Amino acid sequence: MKKKLLTYILGLIVISIILGIILFSPLPSLIYPQFPLLGVFRRAVGILLLSAFLCLYRVLRGSTASDRIVSIDMLGILIIGFCAVLSISTRRNWYMDIGIAWALQSFISTLALAKFLEGKHFDE
Amino acid sequence: MSGRFILFILAFLVWLLLTFSLSWENLLVGGLVSLFVSFMTGDLFTKRPHIFKHLQRYFWFLIYIPVFIWECFKANVDVALRVIRPSLPIKPGIVKVTTSLKSETGLTFLANSITLTPGTLTVDVDKENGLLYVHWIDVKSKDVQKATQIIVRRFEKILTKIFE
Amino acid sequence: MLEVIGIVFIGIGLVFDLFGCLGLVRLPDVYNRLQAATKCVTFGTCSLLFGVFLILGFSPGGIKALLCIVFLLLTSPVSAHALARSSHKAGVKLWEGSVCDDYQN
Repeated sequence: MKKKLLTYILGLIVISIILGIILFSPLPSLIYPQFPLLGVFRRAVGILLLSAFLCLYRVLRGSTASDRIVSIDMLGILIIGFCAVLSISTRRNWYMDIGIAWALQSFISTLALAKFLEGKHFDE
Repeated sequence: MSGRFILFILAFLVWLLLTFSLSWENLLVGGLVSLFVSFMTGDLFTKRPHIFKHLQRYFWFLIYIPVFIWECFKANVDVALRVIRPSLPIKPGIVKVTTSLKSETGLTFLANSITLTPGTLTVDVDKENGLLYVHWIDVKSKDVQKATQIIVRRFEKILTKIFE
Repeated sequence: MLEVIGIVFIGIGLVFDLFGCLGLVRLPDVYNRLQAATKCVTFGTCSLLFGVFLILGFSPGGIKALLCIVFLLLTSPVSAHALARSSHKAGVKLWEGSVCDDYQN
């Protein structure tokens, strides 16, 4: 019980420090320095990267295969968020094309992995 | 045949929204692709094409959207509050609920709505007996009738009007 | 004005994304993780895409963002359902604090 509380407080401190760094001194952006809404873009990319690293932690630690598949699925949805944020900052709308294609492809790959987990072959 | 025509219109509409221009090359290519798609997969699309003619179903669908968004928002706040509390107040379990929906589209929409609303996740559907197995993050009652009352009744009335 | 509302929607979406991934780390078993992750990440990304639509307006990018919302809302619960079912069939146990399991055949 005490160990759990200690882990919680440690995680809270680490995540709030990272969030503070992201929100108050945003990461330097090397791409597209002249485009609009750059502050929103930098902070949004920072938070999405933090979420992606949390997903990767679950991939690393996950005790079963289904945990890893779930976090890969969530990474796919986060990448759609990346594409959307890139498309508002650069005003190039083909980023949204990448997002749509990624959504459909990640759905199909998740279904295939679920079939594989169940122990069936792909053509059933 | 009618089902294929509806699928053609849907596919062409999605194509128009994706390309968002009305030049004749786009219209030609989109029409050809939608014709091909509707010819190949039209028999999988719907079994009862006549229900697309009933206008009151579209009206109830428009009412369903804000209900769904509100439940979805409540679900997210609920889960977020559970996650950030240090004691993790969860009491999970898989319960059985009954449903009176019969059509496949209706069951799919019901399962998706249950998945995106507070604390519940559809695990499996038993279509013959009208049973849904639902993983519930905070089990309030193990009884089938009470769980049905809490989980399913919110959507079943309105989905019956849309899809049955 | 619309730009400010769009930025507010993007902020809400980012907060829910972060909470969803935190739930993925903190909750104890696959089914609870699927609950938190699917709901929060899907709703967060939908809210982010709606903010993008408000900022871009009725341009090709904005319409594509709306279509992407529709695709996400249709596909994400289905994949969560498939994952839950297949991991139950593959024999992943529920967390030991679970109350009941009616799905055991």
